[in-house]
Amino acid sequence: MAAQKIVRKTLTIKNRLGLHARPAALLVQLTNTFASEITVENNGQKVNGKSIMGLMMLAAAHNTKLIFEACGKDSENAIKKIKELFDLKFHED
Amino acid sequence: MSHKGIAASPGIVIGRALLLDRDDLTIPKHEIKEEDLPKEIARFEDALIKTRKEMIEMQTRIEDKMGTKHAEIFDAHLLVLEDRMLIEEVIRRLEKEKRCVEFVFYESLQKFAKAFSSIEDEYLKERAADIQDVGRRVLRNLLGKHHETLSSIEEKGIVIAYDLAPSETVFINKSFVLGFATDIGSRTSHTAIIARSLEIPAIVGLEDITQRVEYGDTIILDGIHGIIEINPNEKLIAHYREEIKKFEEITRNLSVFQTLPAVTTDDHKLKLMANIELPSESDSALIHGAVGIGLYRTEFFYMNRTDLPTEQEHYENYKIVADKMYPHEVVVRTMDLGGDKFLSHLNVPNELNPFMGWRAIRFSLEKKDIFKTQLRAILRANEHGNLKILYPLITNLEELIQANLVLEVVKKELIADGHTINTDIGVGAMIEVPSAALITDLLAPHVDFFSIGTNDLIQYALAVDRVNEHIAYLYDPAHPGVLRFIDKIIRDAKDANIRVAMCGEMASDPIYIPLLIGMGLEEFSVPSAFISEIKKVSRSISRTECQKLWSQVQKISTGKEIQKILVEFLRLKVPELLLYNSFHGGELDST
Repeated sequence: MAAQKIVRKTLTIKNRLGLHARPAALLVQLTNTFASEITVENNGQKVNGKSIMGLMMLAAAHNTKLIFEACGKDSENAIKKIKELFDLKFHED
Repeated sequence: MSHKGIAASPGIVIGRALLLDRDDLTIPKHEIKEEDLPKEIARFEDALIKTRKEMIEMQTRIEDKMGTKHAEIFDAHLLVLEDRMLIEEVIRRLEKEKRCVEFVFYESLQKFAKAFSSIEDEYLKERAADIQDVGRRVLRNLLGKHHETLSSIEEKGIVIAYDLAPSETVFINKSFVLGFATDIGSRTSHTAIIARSLEIPAIVGLEDITQRVEYGDTIILDGIHGIIEINPNEKLIAHYREEIKKFEEITRNLSVFQTLPAVTTDDHKLKLMANIELPSESDSALIHGAVGIGLYRTEFFYMNRTDLPTEQEHYENYKIVADKMYPHEVVVRTMDLGGDKFLSHLNVPNELNPFMGWRAIRFSLEKKDIFKTQLRAILRANEHGNLKILYPLITNLEELIQANLVLEVVKKELIADGHTINTDIGVGAMIEVPSAALITDLLAPHVDFFSIGTNDLIQYALAVDRVNEHIAYLYDPAHPGVLRFIDKIIRDAKDANIRVAMCGEMASDPIYIPLLIGMGLEEFSVPSAFISEIKKVSRSISRTECQKLWSQVQKISTGKEIQKILVEFLRLKVPELLLYNSFHGGELDST
């Protein structure tokens, strides 16, 4: 049985407009492809990383640091793919 | 019962009220038994699936009509519908509170919407409306209520709604929608602009019309005076039937002018062009006999979406208009937005005095990337060489020089990218700020044409906020100060040998046409529906008598007396004033 491994990573929002509807939608579409539970934390507020409303409620602007935590058998891959999306600035700018 | 609102689009119609989307969803609150829980959850799932289907249908239709980018907002809406936090919360509360799913869903939704409205970010705050929108659709399906939308209308009638979202107005079917009336909105709101472009009579800003009208009521909608009559008596209906006949006759008589040239009795030619906002309006412009687009507003591209338009989208739209209008010219005005909702995703702060704030060319020169994207698209779309660029709100020479510099850089970049472009594209400045009007002689060497934007020029020159109804009486195009500004702009343009057009409200008001001709103005850009009327006026007068009229007016010191002379002149020369009344009943949108 695969281990329920917890992976944690802090990512910075690099696209100019921040985590508005479009990037949040892309992120949710991605997180929902993983079996792992994914949470996102900003300034002590923690939300479900598979919920668009949760993500938008973080009101994360440009340069905000978000702590991602994935727990489950594909947690490592999940964090890797999320980091890629952040590095690509959600295909914006 | 008679109600007065803002006349948004001329015409009179009588018909049955089709009430749209009134938010009178009464949420039941009854308790449920433990064993009914699976049934409630199944109802919830059914409603979600149904809503999802509706939304995908709507998305596809918008995509077909307006392009992928405009439909993208629905991706976010769909995700709200499938949101785990929301669904989990509803199911958790269902199990705990044992109330019907309508109530539990409504309460959960309000919790999320409230959390969103308290966010400091203006853009995210507005997403609360998206959540409510999705929520209403789900509730309607839970309650088994048929959602009356513009696209589902299958009987003739007058649409009564709180407001029409731009995403809904694309579905208007002219064979069913006789007219529409809304609670909110202004002459410049999207709803009003769409109504005029579709030539459907409309009244906006009626405040509580959705509360006063019942489905099926008989309605008289007078879009000329902004009056709506609910369940009128036979006498009133008979009166309005006469008014409709008169209006139809006027329109019919005017249609004769569509193919005739705009020329004064002493053979001086005028150029009558159309103001448009959507590419599809170029058809209507041509039908009405416009010989070009004197003002192509581009704000529309930035509306009703979550991101910025791409160069390709701009390009495709400009190309459509350029192709349709060729060989006539098309003046594309660069983005004229301010710190208002259209660009909320750019974190533009709310301003106390937006008309004097960070907007138009001021915005473009600071957000050069956005500006350059638009300029690149215009240059690329100028294959026939019939496009021209117009900068809005030029206040000083520096802005004009800067804007031209950006344009030169963009041209070089396009050539470097391997594009073949027409480098000698015509450039113009909107003259709508009084200080700019006073230095038109200094601005002229840097442009190919001026376009006089009278709505703002008058508002700034007279210090009258044109949105404030308490001081509306001060908004006077005939104020001698305003006339002197206009006269100076025209003379400076002639002295510098450049072209000058007027694209503001004043250019489509028949009483000012003779005066403007007298000042030497030859180019007018107006809403398509007014072209024929102005043509009729110009074909009934000579330039010589217009010049005399202007000399006479210059000796008069008050706007009121000047107005009187102008009305008298028109009454004498063009006895049937035609759309004149509709004009003064319903002032059109801003420029």
